[in-house]
Amino acid sequence: MRVNFLTDPSKYKHWKLNVSSERAELVLDVDENGGLYKGYELKLNSYDLGVDIELNDAVQRLRFEYPNVKVVILKSGKERVFCAGANIKMLGAASHADKVNFCKFTNETRNAIEDASQNSGQIYIAAVEGACAGGGYELALATEHIILVDDGSSSVSLPEVALLAVLPGTGGITRVTDKRMVRRDRADIFCSTEAGVRGARALEWNLVDDIVSTTKFNELVEQRACEIAIRSDRPNDQKGIKLNPLKLKMENNSWKYSAVKVDLDPKLGVGEITILGPNEDAPDSIDQLLEEGDGFWPLRVARELDDALLQIRFNELEIGVIVFKSAGSPSEVVKYCDFLQKNKGHWFVREILLYWTRVLKRVDLTSRSLISLITPDSCFAGFLAEIIFASDRSFMCEGVFEEFDDIEASIILTSCNFGGHPMCNGLSRLETRFLGQQEMLGDIELKLDTPIFAEQADRLGLVSASCDDIDWDDEVRLFLEERTSFSPDALSAMEANTRFAGPETIETKIFGRLTAWQNWVFQRPNAVGDNGALKLYGTGKKADFDKKRV
Amino acid sequence: MLEANAVDYETSIPNNVGLSSDRRVLKALEKWHPGYLSWWNEMGPEGFQDSLVYLRTAVGVEPGGWAKFDYVRMPEYRWGVLLAPKEENRLIGFGQHKGQPAWQEVPGEYRSMLQRLCVIQGDTEPASVEQQRHLGATAPSLYDMRNLFQVNVEEARHLWAMVYLLQKYFGKEGRSEAEGLLIRRSGDEDRPRMLGAFNEATPDWLSFFMFTYFTDRDGKMQLESLAQSGFDPLARTTRFMLTEEAHHMFVGESGVSRVIQRTCDAMNQAGIENPFDIDRIRALGVIDLPTIQKKANLHYSLSLDLFGSEISTNAATAFNNSLKGRYREDKIEDDHQLINATYPVLKPVNGTFKLVDEPALTALNMRLRDDYTRETDSGVRRWNRQINKNGIDFEIRLPSVSFNRSIGLFSNIDTTPEGDSLTQEEFLSRQDDWLPSVDDGAFISSLMEQVTEPGSFAGWISPPRIGIDNKTGDFEYVRLQ
Repeated sequence: MRVNFLTDPSKYKHWKLNVSSERAELVLDVDENGGLYKGYELKLNSYDLGVDIELNDAVQRLRFEYPNVKVVILKSGKERVFCAGANIKMLGAASHADKVNFCKFTNETRNAIEDASQNSGQIYIAAVEGACAGGGYELALATEHIILVDDGSSSVSLPEVALLAVLPGTGGITRVTDKRMVRRDRADIFCSTEAGVRGARALEWNLVDDIVSTTKFNELVEQRACEIAIRSDRPNDQKGIKLNPLKLKMENNSWKYSAVKVDLDPKLGVGEITILGPNEDAPDSIDQLLEEGDGFWPLRVARELDDALLQIRFNELEIGVIVFKSAGSPSEVVKYCDFLQKNKGHWFVREILLYWTRVLKRVDLTSRSLISLITPDSCFAGFLAEIIFASDRSFMCEGVFEEFDDIEASIILTSCNFGGHPMCNGLSRLETRFLGQQEMLGDIELKLDTPIFAEQADRLGLVSASCDDIDWDDEVRLFLEERTSFSPDALSAMEANTRFAGPETIETKIFGRLTAWQNWVFQRPNAVGDNGALKLYGTGKKADFDKKRV
Repeated sequence: MLEANAVDYETSIPNNVGLSSDRRVLKALEKWHPGYLSWWNEMGPEGFQDSLVYLRTAVGVEPGGWAKFDYVRMPEYRWGVLLAPKEENRLIGFGQHKGQPAWQEVPGEYRSMLQRLCVIQGDTEPASVEQQRHLGATAPSLYDMRNLFQVNVEEARHLWAMVYLLQKYFGKEGRSEAEGLLIRRSGDEDRPRMLGAFNEATPDWLSFFMFTYFTDRDGKMQLESLAQSGFDPLARTTRFMLTEEAHHMFVGESGVSRVIQRTCDAMNQAGIENPFDIDRIRALGVIDLPTIQKKANLHYSLSLDLFGSEISTNAATAFNNSLKGRYREDKIEDDHQLINATYPVLKPVNGTFKLVDEPALTALNMRLRDDYTRETDSGVRRWNRQINKNGIDFEIRLPSVSFNRSIGLFSNIDTTPEGDSLTQEEFLSRQDDWLPSVDDGAFISSLMEQVTEPGSFAGWISPPRIGIDNKTGDFEYVRLQ
C-alpha cells in the first residue's frame, strides 16, 4: 500500500482543528478503527502514521492559513487520557524499515512544532488531562508549556524501557535532559518507571510547567494562552494563504508536480528529482505575492519537494540514490531570493523561508545517498544551491557541452546560503562543509550574487568534482553504479556520520543518538524476538531477556 | 579506411583502438605523453638515447604479422596502444558472471577492484625499465644490448597499454593513477614501486637474464590470468601483451643458457671436471655453476613472493567477480566457479610441510604459483640437459617454496633450499652458501665489460645460435652515437 501524505482538515479522522481569532485548539480524538493498516485498534488515543500525517498537515496549515493564530493548544478529545503514544500493536507488527521511517517522520513533525513556537510566533502549549504516556508525553514535550491536571491520577510518563524494552522514539529522553534539563538521576527514575510521575513531583522535577486542579484547569489554560499570545509577533488581521491540494501526475516511474519532477530507475536503484526553475518573473510587491498565494514558485517547489521526499522515503525503499537536478535560469532564481530577502519581515515570506529550512533539513535527514548534478541548464542558486551542500557528492559540468549551446554551468550564492537555512546542528551547510576553515567561507562570500563556474566552484570546494563533456557521462555512470553496489545499511550509517559535522543540538542528538540507539534496540531480540517485550505486549506473557549486556 | 586491427599511425600515438575518433582518450594520452617522455629520458636506458637500435615495432596485432624491424632511436620508438582483435559475442568464462556477455565498459561495482588490478600490473612495467637502466654500459655484445633495449621499449609499451585502460575506462581517478605510474621509482625510499621484487636492484647481466626468466614469467602468469577477464578491454590488452612477453622469456632462458654454455666450454677446455672448483673456474673469466645456482635461488624466491599470499580473499573476490581468471582458464575443465571446490595448499604444520585442502577460491594464488613453478621447472630442466651434454656433473635445482620468502605462509620461517627448517641465526650464518654473496656480486661485476664490436661477445657468455630477424653474426644491432 502506498502511503499518501496529502490531506486536509475535511478529511481528518483523528484531529479537530478549532480556530478562533488568535487561538487554535488542536484536539486529538483518535478514531479507534481508523488505523492506516489492518490488525490493530488505536485505543486510548494512541497513534499510527495516519494520525501523524494529519498532525503534520495541521501544523503546516496553521502556519500558512492562519497568520493570526498566536497560540496553539494541544489537547485531547477523550476523557481521562491525553495520548498513549504510538500504538504498540502497530509497532510490533511493523517491519523494521516502517518503524524507522515512522519514527523519523514523527520526529520531524515534533521539530516543526518547536520551529513554529520558536521562529514563527505560533506558540504551542499542551493541556494535559489524563494519562500522557510515551509518545503522548513526547508530543507535550515538543510544546513550550505543559499544563498537567493534578487529580491524583493524571501523569506524565515514558514507560518504554520498563514496559516495552525499547526507547521513547520521538525525542523524549533528549527533551527531558536537554530541553527541560531534568537532573540525570531523576531522568533515570522517570524513564524507567512505568507509572510515570504525577502532580507536585512532576512540577518539582520540571517535567511540566503547571499543575492545576480539575476545576481550575480550563481557567488556567485560558490564562496561559493569553499570556503566551502576548509574546507572539504574528500579525492580527491578515488573511491566510490557502494550501490547495498539490497537483501530481504519476505514471509508472515518472511523477510530475508543477515545478518538481521525479524519475525513478528501479533497476539501478536511482531516483532523479528535477526542480524546474520559475516560469514567471519574481513579484514586484507583497500584494502581488499574496495574489499568487500557494502558486508562488518557491512555495510550490518546497511543498512538492517535501512530498516527493516523503513518498520516496516511504514508498520507494529500493531507491538508494537520489540525484538532484534543476532546470532553469540561476539569475531568475536569484531574483526570487532577493525578493524574499527584501521582504523577510512579512509573515508569509517568513513562513516560506522557514518552510525551506524544514524541507532542506528533510533532505539532510533522508537516508539515501544524495547526489547533485550541476549541468549547464541547471539553476542551483540561493536556496536551491543549498541542495548541493546537502548532498553527499556533487558533480559539476566544466566548460561547454554541445547539447547546451554556449551556456556553462554555474552556481550563484546569495545571502540565504550564509545562515538563512541552518541545518539541525545550528550551522549553515557551508559552515558545516568548511568546519574549521573560516577563511574558505570568506573567499566564498566574495562571490556573493555572481555566477561561479565549475573550475572556480571546484577550487572553492563547493562541488566534489568538475568534469568536462568528455568525462561527464562516464564519471556519473561509474559513480552511480559503484554507489548502488554498496550495502545500503553501511551507506546510511556512513552518510549519517559524514553529513553532520560540528556541534550537537537537541535535534542532532535526537537523530544521531536517540534514533540510532532506538534503531539498534528495534533490531534486538529482547524487543522484537518472539519472546521480546514488544512482541509479547498485551499477551500477558513476560518477556524473556537475554541478560548479556552488549 | 584502415583494415581491421591495422595500426593507425595517423595520430601521434599509434593504435588500433580508433583513437582519432576518441577525443577524450586522445586528449588524455596527449597530455600524459610529455610526462612519459621525460620519464623515459630520465629513467630509461642510460647513455643510449641517441643510438640507433634495431628494434621491432608492432604494425598490426594479427599473429605473425605484427612485427617490423628497423633502426630506431629509442625516444622516437612508436609506443602506442594495441589490443588483440575483438572476439565478437565473447562470453565471460568464469566466476559468478560466467555465461554473461563480456563487459565492454567497467561495471561501476567493480571499478575500484579493476582499477587496482590495472595499476598494479601497470606499475611493474616501468619498474623493470628502471631496474635495468644501467645495464647498457656493461652489455656483453651488441646483440645482447639490442635485446635489453627491445625488452625495455616493450615493457614501456606495456605501461602504455595499462595507461590506456586507466584513461579510457576509469575517468579522472584513472588519469591520476596514470600520472602516479610515472612518479613512483624502483628502489626509491620515498616513493617505491608497489611490489617488492620490482624494487630490487638488477646489478649485472646474469641478474637481468634471471629476472627476465623468473620474474617476467610471473608477469606472464598474471597477464594470462587477466587475459581471461570478464572486462573485455583488459582481456584484449593483456592478450596482446603476452605475444611480446614471449620474447622477454626467450631472452632470459637463452641468456642463462649461453652463460652456462660458456662456463662448460671453458671448464672442458681447461680440463676442470669438478664444478665446485670455484676459484679455478673463476680464474678462467667465467661464472661457476654454483654461483648461477645461487642467482636462480634468489630470483626464483623473490618471484614466488609476487604471487601474494597462498590463501587470499582478494584473489577469491577477483575470481568470483569474474575479473581475474586462472592460468588458461578456457582450457580447464571444471565448473569455472569453484564454489565448493578445494585445492591442496602446502602449509607449515608442526615443523613439517603438509598439503592441506583449502577452498579453491581462496587458494587461487597458490594454484597460479603452482602453474608457474611447473613452467619454470621445464626451462631449468633444459639447462640441466645442456650441462649434462657437456659432460659436467651438476644440476641446477629450484629451491623449496619455503626458502627465502617474505610473503605468505613461509614468510616467518627459515629453511634451507631443500626445505629443512633452520633457526634464523643458522640461516644468516649460511645464507652466503645459498644466495649470492657480496663477493659473488663483486666477482660477477668484475666480468661485466661492455663489448661493442659487431659479432664479438664478452668472455663469460657464448654467442647465440641464431641472430635476431635472422641476421648474421656480425650484424650491427646497435649503432652507437
